[in-house]
Amino acid sequence: MNINPMAFIDNLYYMGVGMLCIIIVMAVIIAVTAFLNWITTRK
Amino acid sequence: MDILYTNLLDLNWQMLVMWAIGGILIYLAIAKEMEPTLLLPIGFGSIIVNLPNSGAITQIVDGVAEHGALSVLFDAGISNELFPLILFIGIGAMIDFGPLLTNPKLMIFGAAAQFGIFFTLCVASMFFDINDAASIAIIGAADGPTSIVVALKLGSKYLGAIMVAAYSYMALVPIIQPPIIKLLTTKKERMIRMPYEPKEVKKITKILFPIIITVITGLIAPASVSLIGFLMFGNLIRECGVLNSLSETAQKVLANLITIFLGITIASQMQAENFLCKETLLILGLGLVAFIFDTAGGVLFAKLLNLFLKKKINPMIGAAGISAFPMSGRIVHKMGLQEDPQNFLLMHSIGVNVSGQIASVIAGGLILNFFM
Repeated sequence: MNINPMAFIDNLYYMGVGMLCIIIVMAVIIAVTAFLNWITTRK
Repeated sequence: MDILYTNLLDLNWQMLVMWAIGGILIYLAIAKEMEPTLLLPIGFGSIIVNLPNSGAITQIVDGVAEHGALSVLFDAGISNELFPLILFIGIGAMIDFGPLLTNPKLMIFGAAAQFGIFFTLCVASMFFDINDAASIAIIGAADGPTSIVVALKLGSKYLGAIMVAAYSYMALVPIIQPPIIKLLTTKKERMIRMPYEPKEVKKITKILFPIIITVITGLIAPASVSLIGFLMFGNLIRECGVLNSLSETAQKVLANLITIFLGITIASQMQAENFLCKETLLILGLGLVAFIFDTAGGVLFAKLLNLFLKKKINPMIGAAGISAFPMSGRIVHKMGLQEDPQNFLLMHSIGVNVSGQIASVIAGGLILNFFM
């Protein structure tokens, strides 16, 4: 098995983009859920 | 007489080691009640497939394939992702999104607690090619079906080891998480109270939620549609109110039936020649890294938010963002009670825990989008 330390650095891009994407998706879901709650409970 | 011992001559020490591993998994399942529904079938299955010339798996005899039942089941239900996806219907039917819907802001912790997946991806990529590294990283999803689907879609060679790591660490969440949480928080932080304010959630919200989540997630990470779609379909059956019988079947009969086949079929990938290698040990180590950094990600994110919030959050609830449901949520609640017997964090931690379920599937979809 070869060890390639540079791969860690190379793949930090996926870590950054992955975390950013997942936070954006969850933020969208939070906003939609809050809107859904608001629209279904308003009198 | 030859017939009595010729097969015995094919027995080797690697098979004996696999029997021992199978025995340990069975012991952990029965004596320690660690994920018994999966570790027991996996443990027994690993013994079955490591008998010399086992008829349970496909063997080539005189150039002709003699199909074994576990190999047939693997082709029929695992290699096409059918079993894990059907299991997701059952899991979806078991989840109550109520605590999450009353306080949707908590969902952000589900996202933060997926940090371990992406960190482990970077670490694993130093040792494995990128598809195997991504399959190993998804152990941090703390979600068996997601791990199976991602590893299969990315064509990982290490499915057996990934499964054993995923289910073992899920069972070990009560041992792994508390020391990490304590290391990253002060006693004062662990004592932060978060009064629960119950709010009414309309039935229509509970019905629309799984549909909307499926659409949003599907638009952003199309590879995750099958995962999130089956999970949310199960939840829709639960919440619609007119399919109680189906919901009950999905939660109990369907989930149990698939679990029986899933565990023992996964074991068909645990043949000694594939499993007993240094990569397996490395995968077990990387799985632990994923769980540790998931926990740390959730806790540290909560601490970061506290720098800006007037009404402080107990940072321990960030740790419940990993998808090991409901263990992780219960651990956080228990740790809160240990610090302050009047500190009831359960509803918050379960809400975060449920959001971790959604976030881990989205993380799986993103990984597939990146590398497929």
